[in-house]
Amino acid sequence: MTLLTTAPADLAPALVPPPATRTLTLGKAVNTALRDAMAADPKVLVMGEDVGRLGGVFRITDGLYEEFGPERVMDTPLAESGIVGTAIGLALRGYRPVVEIQFDGFVFPGYDQIVTQLAKMHARSLGKVRVPVVIRIPYGGGIGAVEHHSESPEALFAHVAGLKVVSPSDAQDAYWMLRQAIEGDDPVIYFEPKRRYYEQGDLDTTRPTRPLHGARVLRQGTDATLLGYGPTVKTCLAAARVAEEEDGRSLEVIDLRSVSPLDFASVAASVRRTRRLVVVHEAPVFFGAGAEIAARVTEHCFHHLEAPVLRVGGYHAPYPPSRLEEDYLPGLDRVLHAVDHVMSF
Amino acid sequence: MESADREKSPGSTREAAAPVQLLTPDGRRVEHPEYSIDVSPEELRGLYRDMVLARRVDAEGVTLQRQGELALWPSLLGQEAAQVGSARAVLDGDHVFPSYRDHGVALCRGVDPLALLAMFRGVSNGGWDPEDHGFHLYTLVIGSQTLHATGYAMGMAKDGAHGAAVVYFGDGATSQGDVSEAFNFAAVYDAPVVFFCQNNQWAISEPTEKQSRVPLYRRADGFGLPGVRVDGNDVLACLAVTRAAMQRARCGQGPTLVEAFTYRMGAHTTSDDPTRYRDSAEVAHWAAKDPIARLRTHLLDTAHADQAFLDEVDHTADQAGQRLRALVRSMPAPDPHAIFDHVYADGHSLVDEERAQFARYEASFAETGGN
Repeated sequence: MTLLTTAPADLAPALVPPPATRTLTLGKAVNTALRDAMAADPKVLVMGEDVGRLGGVFRITDGLYEEFGPERVMDTPLAESGIVGTAIGLALRGYRPVVEIQFDGFVFPGYDQIVTQLAKMHARSLGKVRVPVVIRIPYGGGIGAVEHHSESPEALFAHVAGLKVVSPSDAQDAYWMLRQAIEGDDPVIYFEPKRRYYEQGDLDTTRPTRPLHGARVLRQGTDATLLGYGPTVKTCLAAARVAEEEDGRSLEVIDLRSVSPLDFASVAASVRRTRRLVVVHEAPVFFGAGAEIAARVTEHCFHHLEAPVLRVGGYHAPYPPSRLEEDYLPGLDRVLHAVDHVMSF
Repeated sequence: MESADREKSPGSTREAAAPVQLLTPDGRRVEHPEYSIDVSPEELRGLYRDMVLARRVDAEGVTLQRQGELALWPSLLGQEAAQVGSARAVLDGDHVFPSYRDHGVALCRGVDPLALLAMFRGVSNGGWDPEDHGFHLYTLVIGSQTLHATGYAMGMAKDGAHGAAVVYFGDGATSQGDVSEAFNFAAVYDAPVVFFCQNNQWAISEPTEKQSRVPLYRRADGFGLPGVRVDGNDVLACLAVTRAAMQRARCGQGPTLVEAFTYRMGAHTTSDDPTRYRDSAEVAHWAAKDPIARLRTHLLDTAHADQAFLDEVDHTADQAGQRLRALVRSMPAPDPHAIFDHVYADGHSLVDEERAQFARYEASFAETGGN
């Protein structure tokens, strides 16, 4: 130990045990989290359409069927309400079902069970019933998909008391946020940024990085704050780099990570430093997460603001045919445009 | 009869088998080739007592609503045999998933009816522990609970438990997609669940013909599970058929759909006016099939009970009703801060924030000397 602390910096790595860190894709991190959660707790089940032999259409459940068998990795009938409703029953029986909804736009047949049943059971039983169901939803656009395969419905869930809504942006969070969601006793809607499934990142499975519902400052800055979650975090980081290189602007970037609950304290602290905020999400801005954040910033940081809070996101139109999605999505140029705007005040 | 029925042309899809019956409307005991039952005089008296109590508690609910003590009450009047007969087929280790009219089932499972009345008084949205009596929370969204029961049963099978789930729903619910999905999931996974449909002929104002072209029990055919129609006003038949279905489920033989053919004698709820959509002649027709009257006749005819017994049952039920009336009337409103209780199991910062905000708002009145 003494040797370690006094060793020259360039020698230290050779003396430290190799870190339990590996590099993998975000999708593989989700897969690893499912495998580790199932190994750690026999009550954890995976269920959904094609999650068994196929390993899911995105291969997120790849290998789980072979490892844990059909009793714990359940290929279900093609019926989202049935999947969520029976997951509720299994949770009432003491299981921890992790449900895969194949695509964002397919969740709505199950929306009734999620909103009217899953979200309310703990409250209406006065805390006697717990329904720890995690619903994984690959969401968002940018993959050139057909209709109903590119949507961002997180606000429709965040609006519902009793649900928690989270979305990771990298491999480390993808792993740990899912582990934490499964271990918690509340229903969690876990939105996976499907166009980031193949992004490489480091994963340390030895300890969680931070609480499930805490935001994280990815880059410190002084001129304005960019706030994203899920797929837009990468866009925000890119925008911050470009703004610095081209305009010498110092932008702070926050990964919100959790839409419900919001870590508003972290957002407010950042806004009080930078005095300007741009929220970026793929979901339509109208009544979206950005609207809630803007309202709260106005309430709590009014005297710190140099500019109105701006939102960059989807339009109040159905998600367009994929040839138009780059015009619909909040890409780098639209984010930089908003930065120019927020700095003009 | 069922197989003969199946051979008919598509144009006669409304044809149905005669329901399983063991006790005729005039109180005569009859046999059925598939469903025999051996019930002791004591058990018969017990079933009678259960039904009378259920009717009395139900009447108390209606009265309390009329007096302004409850916001609403969905009456079970006429469905006592369906509920008591099926509920008495439930054993410890089984689990019941009710709808919202199943007060008779709740009573048989040992749930304090005060909890049901509290719900319709607007004091709670449930609040009992399903594990206490294997009786889950009432479900108001039609048919949703059929999937919960199916999932629960799938879990029981995974656990290797020797129990079954039974789920209650109505004729209207059979139109819900969730109910079809539940039939299908249960069949595919061979889940130990019994679907107990009380066809009381009316989904508020819509008759069963508006819900289905085929008799409801025959819905089971397409899902590959057995379906059986039982006289829902015959407590013995309901007991026998449900008992057999539960036993099938417990023994790993999978799900069954039971259609209890009965009648909702009262309004859908205390907010409903059935005179707008059905004839009094129809109500009178079903009144002649009253489930309690037929068992009473049978008990007296067979000398399994005497008038003193009947009087004692009435008196006991009346006492239970009076107790409930007093308790409901003195039931306090919940603490307003309870709005924020139990929204989440592990907590949520927004709920904490709003709870504190509400407390500050409330406290502001105290500080200014208000009340």
